[in-house]
Amino acid sequence: MALRPGTAWIVPGLLLAGCAALVIGSLQSSLFAQQTISGLANGGIYASLAVALVLIYRATEVINFAQGAIATFTTYVAWQLIDWGLGYWPAFALTLAIAFAGGFAIELVAIRPVERRGHQLSVVIASIGLLILIEGAIGYIWGSEIKFMPAPFPAHVYRVGGVAFSRQDLATIAISIASVVLLWLLFQFTKVGLAMRAAAVRPEAARLVGIRVSWMLSLGWGLAAMLGAVAGMMAAASPTTLLQPSMMDGVLIYAFAAAVLGGLESAAGAVVGALAIGVTLNLLGSYVSWVTPQLLLPAAFVLMLVVLLVKPSGLFGRTRVRKV
Amino acid sequence: MPLLALRDVDARYGQVQALRGVTLTVEEGEIVAILGANGAGKTTTLRAVSGTVRRSGTIELDGRSLARSGPERAARLGVAHVPEGRGTFSELTVWENLRLGAHTRRGALKDDFRRVLGYFPWLEARRAQQAGTLSGGEQQMLALARALMQRPRLLLLDEPSLGLAPLVVAEIFRIVRELNEREGTAVLLVEQNARTSLATAARAYVLEVGAVAYHGTSDELGERDAIRRSYLGY
Repeated sequence: MALRPGTAWIVPGLLLAGCAALVIGSLQSSLFAQQTISGLANGGIYASLAVALVLIYRATEVINFAQGAIATFTTYVAWQLIDWGLGYWPAFALTLAIAFAGGFAIELVAIRPVERRGHQLSVVIASIGLLILIEGAIGYIWGSEIKFMPAPFPAHVYRVGGVAFSRQDLATIAISIASVVLLWLLFQFTKVGLAMRAAAVRPEAARLVGIRVSWMLSLGWGLAAMLGAVAGMMAAASPTTLLQPSMMDGVLIYAFAAAVLGGLESAAGAVVGALAIGVTLNLLGSYVSWVTPQLLLPAAFVLMLVVLLVKPSGLFGRTRVRKV
Repeated sequence: MPLLALRDVDARYGQVQALRGVTLTVEEGEIVAILGANGAGKTTTLRAVSGTVRRSGTIELDGRSLARSGPERAARLGVAHVPEGRGTFSELTVWENLRLGAHTRRGALKDDFRRVLGYFPWLEARRAQQAGTLSGGEQQMLALARALMQRPRLLLLDEPSLGLAPLVVAEIFRIVRELNEREGTAVLLVEQNARTSLATAARAYVLEVGAVAYHGTSDELGERDAIRRSYLGY
């Protein structure tokens, strides 16, 4: 942690205060409770994509601008599989596998050769190129008219003491949390997870103990694409989002903001940041009359700027000490 | 057949040639030292073996060529390189560092942990500690422990005494000799302190601007005044 000892309580304190405010508000008002839950559901979607960004940032120190487009593409793949007659969950699983293979292949074909040759900036440019290429491919294959993704669950509303929770929201929260937790388990408790972390923090030393660092990077892209696919499928299942080529553009901005808020290097920070952004924006949108949906995206930008100016290492980031 | 054989090995960093036709051997179970002034190519020789520098010439481990492969393959074939700066994964825990040492191996690591703890019992209590928070001496020992987890046939050890107090250095060299005797691990050692090196190694090579100037047994080199004064500095 980069925090000085005297200020170490500020971040946990703020988070705790925020949680307390949400709980108290939810007990006072059922509308507040509903808006909090649907904010958390949005936040869950941002979190999956934000963690994907963090994953790649930690391995290559580059923001993958194509992350949203990859997520949209894989969501179209899911739509196509369902359209061909596959059930929702088999299509979901197959899409994850395709996303993994696709992410892996993208790193191999489009990123590795560029990275080997030099500059991080070239990797950024390659990722922007990918964004344009993939969005173009979506339009070419599926056209630009809106598709309707079937919902994984029949619409249902749970009522708890006068508060209505939609099954959709709850499922979105559960699935995003589950995917992030699974990823954490992979990194923390498996040999390949440990090797991926080692390759990310000390590539030279990792090669000396026999880790194939470049494969670990491809693996990271595969996993990131999988998380993106989860985010895309969750977003498309929400009644307010329609499956179209630009579906994830806004989500990507919120995910950026969340990752920056969390410090870009911390997956936990990105999750907390994403949930905070999801809830805050949702509550702002429903309680502050002049905050229209058009203002939410700029608000995310402002937040990102403020974090970068005030505390560039984010809420959970550590300042890296580099040996030259 | 020697365990490690280098014949006419050249190495370069960009335009700068760091090794010129280095030829050396390490026998099975032998400790060999590389001596020389700063910039003579000692570290580069180790890097040529592990494949972390661009090089040409013949490099064979047990008759298998390493010349065209990178450090991943060298590690798989049984070369453990503890580089300058020790190669510690300072963001990870002590235990994770040990597990990474065994990355090239399959199967249970229980026996290996037990063996490593036999040499470094203090690691057990520190297993969950972040490796970067260990002292310099402890990190050097962790690096040896990590290398031991790999069950190497050849240990490349670069400046293990750098920045450490004399007592700690003595302890580290004691452990290196013990590793060599008990596990039969061959060691190729680069060390500024020539006296300690010669006391540990059976044979030594003296490098001068990227080429071997002298080689011989440690006793021979220590006795020749001219070499001692010009190259070994004591």
